[in-house]
Amino acid sequence: MAIAIVRAKDLFAAAMLFAIYSLLSAALFAVLDAGDVALTEAAVGAGISTILVLAVLALARRYESAIDGHNLLALAVVTVTGAALIYATLDMPEFGAPDNPAQVHVGPYYVEQSYPDMGVPNMVAAVLASYRSIDTLGEAFVILTAGLAVYALLSPKPRRRKRRRRHLRRQLREHRRHRRMHKGSSS
Amino acid sequence: MRENGILRVVARFLIPLIMLFGLYIQFHGEYSPGGGFQAGIVFAAGWILFVLIYGLDAALKVIPERAMYVLMVAGVILYCAVGIAGVVLGGHFLDFYPLLPGKHAAQQFGIITVEFGVGVTVATVVMLIFTLFARRKSEWKAAKVEDDQP
Repeated sequence: MAIAIVRAKDLFAAAMLFAIYSLLSAALFAVLDAGDVALTEAAVGAGISTILVLAVLALARRYESAIDGHNLLALAVVTVTGAALIYATLDMPEFGAPDNPAQVHVGPYYVEQSYPDMGVPNMVAAVLASYRSIDTLGEAFVILTAGLAVYALLSPKPRRRKRRRRHLRRQLREHRRHRRMHKGSSS
Repeated sequence: MRENGILRVVARFLIPLIMLFGLYIQFHGEYSPGGGFQAGIVFAAGWILFVLIYGLDAALKVIPERAMYVLMVAGVILYCAVGIAGVVLGGHFLDFYPLLPGKHAAQQFGIITVEFGVGVTVATVVMLIFTLFARRKSEWKAAKVEDDQP
């Protein structure tokens, strides 16, 4: 699936494949009983980002421009990084083992204390909004910044700069041709 | 798309349900999966469906652009205000316990208010980004910028 997305030259097809990919990972999260993450992935990954990508594609070209040859340096960087990451996974503890760091660090405190502390059955909401509320504040600011950045980039009215420049270039070309012709006729 | 009767009828039926579901995952977020981020996205998705069927101008009459700017900042300010209220009432920043006398009630009040702030910000930012992108094409036409498309 990911290879199909990378290889697709038609960007609409790539956007749709990406939406399907997000929906599949949302289903995976739902299977793993992570309801909050699955809901987020389905709404954000499959829904809104696809819509936003389509909105951008309405402004941009539909097909990727072809690039000749291969970038060997990029291939080397990707291979080395991928190999290092795969090597690092060998040190990870076994999936789901009871003495994993995820199970013995602050996790048990949240599992045992979040209901007595605040009477909220959904532990994810308790951790996000109360124990880790400053992180969530940061996330809200990230969203706000994204909105402000898009506003700053797209709110000024577009100007006719491009056409004018092209027009000037054409004038220059014609001017030169005229001069050359005149030189040729005089000599 | 705007003249298609089936789309209009189905959208008219679906949009209130989507928005209601958004509000449900907003305010039921501490009992079931959900919360501010997801609720904001779902609510904005309902509005975007409205844009796709009825057009941007009609949708901007429902939620004007100025309201989006105000609400997107107001959500973050609400979040910060809850945090500062904790400080004023004698706790740490974003400490919910001093807000209300009951321990559970204070935490739930804090969580719901904070999540509401997040939801408002997320919904309005998504709507604003979509509006800006969707309007760009007609602005290009109005300014007679040459289109890059072949």
